[in-house]
Amino acid sequence: MGDYYRPAVLSDLLQRLEAGNAAILAGGTDFYPARVGRHPHENIIDITAVQALKGIRETADGWTIGAATTWADVTAAELPPLFDGLRAAAREVGGRQIQNAGTIGGNVCNASPAADGMPALLSLDAEVEIQVRRGCHRMPVRDFVLGNRKTQLEAGEIVTAFHFPRRDPQRSKGSFLKLGARRYLVISLVMVAGSVEWDSDRIITSCRIAVGACSEVAERLAALENRLIGQKLSGGLEALVGDDCLAGLAPIDDVRATAAYRQEAAGVLLRRLIREWGEMA
Amino acid sequence: MTSTISFKVNGARARVDVSPVKRLSDVLRDDLGLTGTKVGCNAGDCGACTVLLDGEQVCSCLTAAGQVEGRSVTTVEGLAPTGVLNDLQASFKRHGAAQCGICSPGMLMAASSLLSRCSSPTRTQVEDALGGVLCRCTGYQKIVEAVMDAGGQGEALTCPGAGAAVGAPLAKLDADPKLTGAEKYGADSIPKDALWVRIFRSPHAFAHVRLGDFGDLVAATDGLEDILTHEDIPFNRFGIYPVGKDQPVLTEGLVRYRGDALVAAVGTRQAVQSLQLADLPVTFEAMPPLTGVAEAKASDAFQLHEDKPGNILIEGAVRKGEAKAAFESAAARSEGAFTTHFVEHAYIEPEAGWARPVGDRVEVHVTTQAVHMDRDEIASVLQIPKDRVRVIPTACGGGFGGKLDVSVQPILAVAAMKYGRAVACVYERPDSMASSTKRHPSEITCRFAADEQGLLVSSELIADFNTGAYASWGPTVAGRVPVHGSGPYFVPNVHNIGRGVFTNGPPAGAFRGFGVPQAAIAHECMMDDLAEQLTLDRLEIRLRNALRPGQPTATGQVLTHSAGMAPCLEALKEPWAELNRQADGFNRASSGSLRQGVGIGAMWYGIGNTALSNPSTMEVGIDPGGQIVFFNGAVDIGQGSNTILAQICADAAGLPVEAFTYIMGDSDLTEDAGKTSASRQTFVSGKAAEQAGQDLRLSILRHVNAGEGARITLLPGCLVVEDDSARHEIHLEDLPRQDKGMVFMGRGNFDPPTRPLDENGQGDPYATYGFAAQIALVEVDTDLGTTRVRKIVAAHDVGRAINPQQVEGQIHGGIAQGMGLALMEEYVPGVTENLHDYLIPTFGDMPAMEVIIVEDEEPLGPYGAKGVGEPGLVPTAPAIFGAVRHATGVRVTEAPLLPHKLKAALTNQEARK
Repeated sequence: MGDYYRPAVLSDLLQRLEAGNAAILAGGTDFYPARVGRHPHENIIDITAVQALKGIRETADGWTIGAATTWADVTAAELPPLFDGLRAAAREVGGRQIQNAGTIGGNVCNASPAADGMPALLSLDAEVEIQVRRGCHRMPVRDFVLGNRKTQLEAGEIVTAFHFPRRDPQRSKGSFLKLGARRYLVISLVMVAGSVEWDSDRIITSCRIAVGACSEVAERLAALENRLIGQKLSGGLEALVGDDCLAGLAPIDDVRATAAYRQEAAGVLLRRLIREWGEMA
Repeated sequence: MTSTISFKVNGARARVDVSPVKRLSDVLRDDLGLTGTKVGCNAGDCGACTVLLDGEQVCSCLTAAGQVEGRSVTTVEGLAPTGVLNDLQASFKRHGAAQCGICSPGMLMAASSLLSRCSSPTRTQVEDALGGVLCRCTGYQKIVEAVMDAGGQGEALTCPGAGAAVGAPLAKLDADPKLTGAEKYGADSIPKDALWVRIFRSPHAFAHVRLGDFGDLVAATDGLEDILTHEDIPFNRFGIYPVGKDQPVLTEGLVRYRGDALVAAVGTRQAVQSLQLADLPVTFEAMPPLTGVAEAKASDAFQLHEDKPGNILIEGAVRKGEAKAAFESAAARSEGAFTTHFVEHAYIEPEAGWARPVGDRVEVHVTTQAVHMDRDEIASVLQIPKDRVRVIPTACGGGFGGKLDVSVQPILAVAAMKYGRAVACVYERPDSMASSTKRHPSEITCRFAADEQGLLVSSELIADFNTGAYASWGPTVAGRVPVHGSGPYFVPNVHNIGRGVFTNGPPAGAFRGFGVPQAAIAHECMMDDLAEQLTLDRLEIRLRNALRPGQPTATGQVLTHSAGMAPCLEALKEPWAELNRQADGFNRASSGSLRQGVGIGAMWYGIGNTALSNPSTMEVGIDPGGQIVFFNGAVDIGQGSNTILAQICADAAGLPVEAFTYIMGDSDLTEDAGKTSASRQTFVSGKAAEQAGQDLRLSILRHVNAGEGARITLLPGCLVVEDDSARHEIHLEDLPRQDKGMVFMGRGNFDPPTRPLDENGQGDPYATYGFAAQIALVEVDTDLGTTRVRKIVAAHDVGRAINPQQVEGQIHGGIAQGMGLALMEEYVPGVTENLHDYLIPTFGDMPAMEVIIVEDEEPLGPYGAKGVGEPGLVPTAPAIFGAVRHATGVRVTEAPLLPHKLKAALTNQEARK
């Protein structure tokens, strides 16, 4: 095998990254399954000792979650209802063992079309923070992931955190629903996530809705979002979900489900998610 | 590159020099000898390797050694450091929560993490905490109960006393090692200096293969000793039946399925694991595969085996009366066509074992269901006499029929003999799934007819089974299904046909039920159809037709006793009415997309081989020190024969079961008890065990001329025999040693009486049958097409429950597998070769299960007992499908009923309205 390097501080990590030619290991929940029956032969940088990559913080602009924060940490964090969707997604990742090891950054960088975290991150307008030794930049999560197993991450770069813009904690809410062929340890057939904000008259002032596992990269549904803005949170809101809202999706046919089924199920889950918003006290 | 890593394991300091990316599971097992941590998938899909890292559960197979530096790891060995079970382990023992035991360490660790935060968890908390660990045996219910009762005060039953073992919910005799991690499975006792074997497999379903020269590769690869090819195999064929062995150990140039074995690398573990198929000089010329029965039967189809024209492996038939004529004139008639697909056993322990030469013999340690068949097969492959082969079974981490065929055995024996040293082989999960046998996909057409009262007048069933690339147990399936195809009913006119057809699929073999579960989906749908036509209650129509003592079966066999179909249905009447009321009430109150429904499935199942001799011989002795030794050739694969057979033997001998020790399966030390399959061990080996116990008792009584009713008491080195007239002391050291070093030995042998089937399939194929019916309450989300099974009530006629707790466990596990068959499991070669793409039920999928044990005693069986291993699974899918139909109107004709298929059916139904 190659080298194994487990730095404790970010600067050391970035320096080693710059030297190139290494795979990143964090929770191992994608790394090891890709190497069943094989001995890892590549150089490895293990980022799990870098404290700067972990944790959840409230900032002046909103919230920040370190890229190496585990799903279990997300579940346990004290976050406003805006993050209920992300927390629900965290509880649906694998089983408890996977949630204790798997990281939010790994989920995004692995870029699976069925990544459990993606719809919720999209629905929270998350930005990815990317660092290289000489600098740092941000981009929206939706731009970062390019396709199945493809991201914008370049050699020498690493995702260090996710940033979430501030919303009124009293008047915002996030939600998430996952459909799989069984309970626990299941790859999604369809996922939907959304976040919504409203004013003192319960009028929706903004919302973001995303569908996962129905396209190469989870998709925001702009048409539906626009239709909801200006509506009052009340019963029957889900009637606004029309088939036309789902036109941008391109689900696949496979052993788990047909494309047509995924498309239809996405509509069902969206109506359920939005009905819940309408019925919120 | 290795590093020194220091951490704490179970409170003690550990230092290892290993590669820092080595999986923690491998470090624990290989470097620290802590083999209590099991490896089921190396991919985080099964949770068997769960340990605690600083108190939190993680998959040790996904944890890099480098990540535990300075941290604290707790394994199952840390739960009972002094050997005394902790409260959680004791609760698992008390509740019968371990069957094969391979998932138990993972379950215990996940539960320990939960209990450290929350001492009295709810059911949901238990499910959430343990949901990442898969179990294929128990159906999870007893595990949930054990975790919830971890603080409970109850005690496991371990000492029922002499004569009181049969009928007692005795804790497993092997519960402690399974719960402390001490139990050794196939991969757990491999010698350190063993060479490793890795089999490379075809990525194509059908191809010509050219093997190049491996000399350069071997010379250039550190640690690689050799690449074995078919030329190294003395007789390069194996297969279940003595005639028609058709599967090569290693390919001779034509591969017939994706997973067919090509060559085997031998070397250090590191060397063989670093090698990839792409590194080998092997080239393929792929051909279009025969993927299904229709393609394989086409007149221009490639013939896969020289001696099998038309790709037909075998055809079996049962003919009685004039079914066609009876059908045409009947009052109520139903017809249907049904499809099922490949199903994977998904035992949590992959195939594993090791072998070594001992003198001119070879000794094979392996996880298996069939010790003596393995011995014979190894001798055949090596072309040596059987007495030069010794097979020692390890504990078996689940079988369900999949470990009846040999896997690692032949190549291990060949390599051990060739290199003169120990060799080992452990399958990774994808190897296991690609290479092992599957449940037969089926295409079944059938038609049933009844008179105005709902009494069946005819049944016809034609079943084509896709037997895959090699015969395996295909003939057994084709023979068993025609016998059972009419269901557990009296039908005067019958015509059933079962066929096995070769394709380029994986070999379909034995899987809990041998084709009967597939046929039951068909015949139970017929019963629901007829009930609907005649507006009869679905339970009532089954009751009217239930096969009763004195009535002939489809094969003309008249059952004179222990035909408990009607009692099972009677026992379900109340819960049937209750669940129907519940579903009706739910549906009346529900305006949304959820609909509830109730269904029923009934079945019968012949115990043991179909119209073939299947004897068992058991021995029990007392050694000079006063130790009772039970020489038990039956392999316990989790179903509990180690305990059940001892209970029977103990009561027959009049000795306390708690004094029993046993030797399981060692082919040198035990007699042939036959394979652990066909639900036969309790009935067949149980009878032999009863006779062995009686024989032992008699020889003791005879020794002192005591009367039949005498009481035997065991003291250290001494037996005391007391009857009304005298008290005798037998000092065991003074007695001459007999066979196997024993001073007393009892022997029993039983071969269930059967009568061969004639050209019309008429005869007595089984000595006895199990009967059962299950009812299911389901909830269908009609918007999504998803089905949630809420409740199953199962009534099973087991003759006599030797151990009621284990009977329940078998039924729970059967229900879980039946639910998987019904709702989620479909093996697709190349697509679902791991446990995240192949889905089996988890904690969160299981319904509440209630078991009603019906005891219609079988006079031939030990204390009246029959078998229950397979019957647990057979009625489940039919009951679920009936319930879905009740809830939605959709008549289900294909398993699994995946959400998209049910949704499409619902949409079609809507469109037709």
